[in-house]
Amino acid sequence: MEIPYTVHEREDTGLYNAKVGIWLFLASEVMLFGALFSAYILLRVGASPGAWPTGLLNVPIGTVNTIVLITSSITVVMAWASLKMNQFGKFKMYQTITVLCALMFCGIKSYEYYDKFTHYEIIKHDGTVVDGHLVSQNTNEVVLHVSHKATGAATHGKEEHNAAGQPKDSAKNESASHAAGGHHDEVRVPRSEIRKMENYGPWHNTYLAIYFTLTGLHALHVIGGAAVIAYLLGPGSKMWKTEPERFTNRIEVSGLFWHFVDLVWIFLFPVLYLL
Amino acid sequence: MQHTTTTHTSAAAHAHHDPGFWRTYIFSTDHKVIGIQYAVTSLAFMFFGFFLMILMRWQLAWPGQPIPVFGGILQKIVGDMAAGGVMTSDLYNSFGAMHGTIMIFLGVVPMAFAAFGNYVVPLQIGAPDMAFPRINMASYQSFVIGGIILMISFFIPGGAAQAGWTSYPPLASIIPTNGQTFWLVGMVFVITSSLLGSVNFLATIIQLRAPGMTWMRMPFFVWAQFVTGFLLLLAFPPLEAAAIMQLMDKVAGTSFFLPTGLLVSDQLAPISGGGSPLLWQHLFWFLGHPEVYVLILPAMGIVCEIICNNTRKPIWGYRSLVYSSMAIGFLSFIVWAHHMYLTGMGTAISTFFQTTTMIISIPSVIILTVFFITLWGGSIRFNTPMLFVLAFLPMFGIGGLTGLPLGLAYADLHLHDTYYVIAHFHYIVAPGTIFALFAGVYYWYPKATGRFMSEFWGKVHFWTSLFFINLVFQPMFAQGMAGMLRRMSDGGAFYGESVDASGAMANVIGAWPASVIQSNITISIAAFGLALAQIPFIVNFFVSMHNGKKVESDNPWQATTLEWQTPTPPPHGNFVGQPVAYRGPYEYSVPGAAGDFVPQNQPDAPGAPRKPASAKH
Repeated sequence: MEIPYTVHEREDTGLYNAKVGIWLFLASEVMLFGALFSAYILLRVGASPGAWPTGLLNVPIGTVNTIVLITSSITVVMAWASLKMNQFGKFKMYQTITVLCALMFCGIKSYEYYDKFTHYEIIKHDGTVVDGHLVSQNTNEVVLHVSHKATGAATHGKEEHNAAGQPKDSAKNESASHAAGGHHDEVRVPRSEIRKMENYGPWHNTYLAIYFTLTGLHALHVIGGAAVIAYLLGPGSKMWKTEPERFTNRIEVSGLFWHFVDLVWIFLFPVLYLL
Repeated sequence: MQHTTTTHTSAAAHAHHDPGFWRTYIFSTDHKVIGIQYAVTSLAFMFFGFFLMILMRWQLAWPGQPIPVFGGILQKIVGDMAAGGVMTSDLYNSFGAMHGTIMIFLGVVPMAFAAFGNYVVPLQIGAPDMAFPRINMASYQSFVIGGIILMISFFIPGGAAQAGWTSYPPLASIIPTNGQTFWLVGMVFVITSSLLGSVNFLATIIQLRAPGMTWMRMPFFVWAQFVTGFLLLLAFPPLEAAAIMQLMDKVAGTSFFLPTGLLVSDQLAPISGGGSPLLWQHLFWFLGHPEVYVLILPAMGIVCEIICNNTRKPIWGYRSLVYSSMAIGFLSFIVWAHHMYLTGMGTAISTFFQTTTMIISIPSVIILTVFFITLWGGSIRFNTPMLFVLAFLPMFGIGGLTGLPLGLAYADLHLHDTYYVIAHFHYIVAPGTIFALFAGVYYWYPKATGRFMSEFWGKVHFWTSLFFINLVFQPMFAQGMAGMLRRMSDGGAFYGESVDASGAMANVIGAWPASVIQSNITISIAAFGLALAQIPFIVNFFVSMHNGKKVESDNPWQATTLEWQTPTPPPHGNFVGQPVAYRGPYEYSVPGAAGDFVPQNQPDAPGAPRKPASAKH
């Protein structure tokens, strides 16, 4: 006996096996990401007043990445529709765009990660804080590129509080002495003055912890999904010649997964970038 | 996703195709082989987990004394943690954590769900295999990898995880051993395995039921596995998320579960803080409680099959069983915080969870009642599987009823984290679930091997196990009610240092009679007896493969369900022809029928009057 319904639908369920499988798998994935989103809520609600950072991420870049992913969601369904209409060439074109979008998304995401890992907060022995991107460092001193949105008097969005909880103003003081009214300054901090120096990695605070965990897990899903789609575009597409229906089903199933990955991002973007 | 294609290879061609040893026994995609792989692996893990507890029981009864026989070996393996053959507190904690982890995640769940489910479910629904055979193989491999990672952690410096199977942070994160990291990585593999397995089971049951096998004609065992599949599918991912976060805490220095101002050895821990230890507990018990029903539902399924078969009666209240198991499945997702009454989460939340906890006992009682009523008036065959099942009923009853005081927040204040809790859940899992698993092994063994296990040694195994297991767990109720805490590596001996003039021991709760601590010795001796009682089973299991009594037909128990209507053992592809279900699963002693049972795939004789056991759905 052979396993039935591998290609064609079972009459009473209206589904072939793999489609049932992927929907069940996605239900499980919903619970996985749901638990992490719940963790986000609990951590944020439980944070002491003012301790939860906002505005750390670059919204325009996030928007571009959102558009990239939505585009890939459109092309992945167009690819499936092309197969249904027996247009293999179009399928190849659309799926190529999907894979390119996935790569682009990962590229942009890596840039954002790089930006966070080179972003440092230095607490000096006198309790003041210098916050900015690393320009260079050696055994004697650290040079940070401190950016300002406005004049020295305005509170910078990226600088909320120092370790003791007071509003930080040291960076502004430092920079004001270098260039009054300038928007970008390099600040030199001697090593001897540094009590603690830490970049904006997941260890920096719980917001960054959940940011890196959620986006990291999501990025793994993007990479996994893109790998499957790329395989079905490349060597896996041979099946189109022998078993076109089964191949179309594979594209549908991988597409369902891809839509889920996009959907997760649709939740991640407002939660992490906008709120 | 399947290894089969639409090209028409006949069953005969399959039979002649010889894939070789590795593909047949190690990298097999056949659900029966995978089921047996799971069974052997998880039984081995279960005995290993039990052995850890035997060593711990020595330390509890005779704290500080070198362990006889195994002490020297232990010292060679773990070094200073067992200096002089004496179990240190660190080693005790590590064994305790691993006992729980191994028994639940590597022993009972894989045995109940993956082993029996894999072997029996496709046969019972008349399917040729699971829906995704290669994913099935991947599931087993992932399970083995996870198990190996957990085993390796015993040998690393500092030893295995020490923070209990619940792994509560911050404790779990700050113990200076990488055992916890191994635990978390191993668990991610085990969870992946269970995810792949549950997707496969659910898809198989939804898609591959044979013609005529409607939902309400499925044997209850399949229903139990179906609900269990959903529990695993939806409850495990939150633990996976929690494990990922705790792993981040361990290796990436995050503070998901580490609060602000955490002191480690009187030093402020170098962490950002801001995390929530309670968050872990919520995520853990969101799995942890459905997990209890993952342990018990498949066992109930096995019990149902064996009861019907050996009372020669249809199950009383099939639909009640099905709907009760669904109700349990649903309710099990909203009871988790009854493990957390003492965390200070608030009385309003406690009230909610104690209400749902009381409600979930209703379907459990319905299921047990259905089994008891089915026994009524049956001419019971007292073979080994049936004995285990008959013991399951009162044992599970004791476990369930002693759970009620724990479900009530007020009583739980006193009983929480005492030996009472240990006795309660072990009654559910050990003489409850594991007895049902033994019953299942004795019951389906003839189908898998073509030979019976020895009835005599089976009965020896049963009676000795039943005796000793009660001797182990009954005294623990008394210990727990006296207030003895469950995680003390000296079995409460340090309380003995404050014996007052009357001979009673002072305790934060009150005076203890000396018998509370002396019961440790009784329990430990009973535990050693219980270990010896498993030897007949192990020998019987292996010897009967070649020397057991041969079955005389494909259906040696005269059963109705489809797994007995196949060749013995079933070949690749299972059935000779397409099976068709014409009736409900338990048509025993049907008035007017030729024999005392009517198999599900036997068509109605034309014009024969027949009362349908279950309506079409």
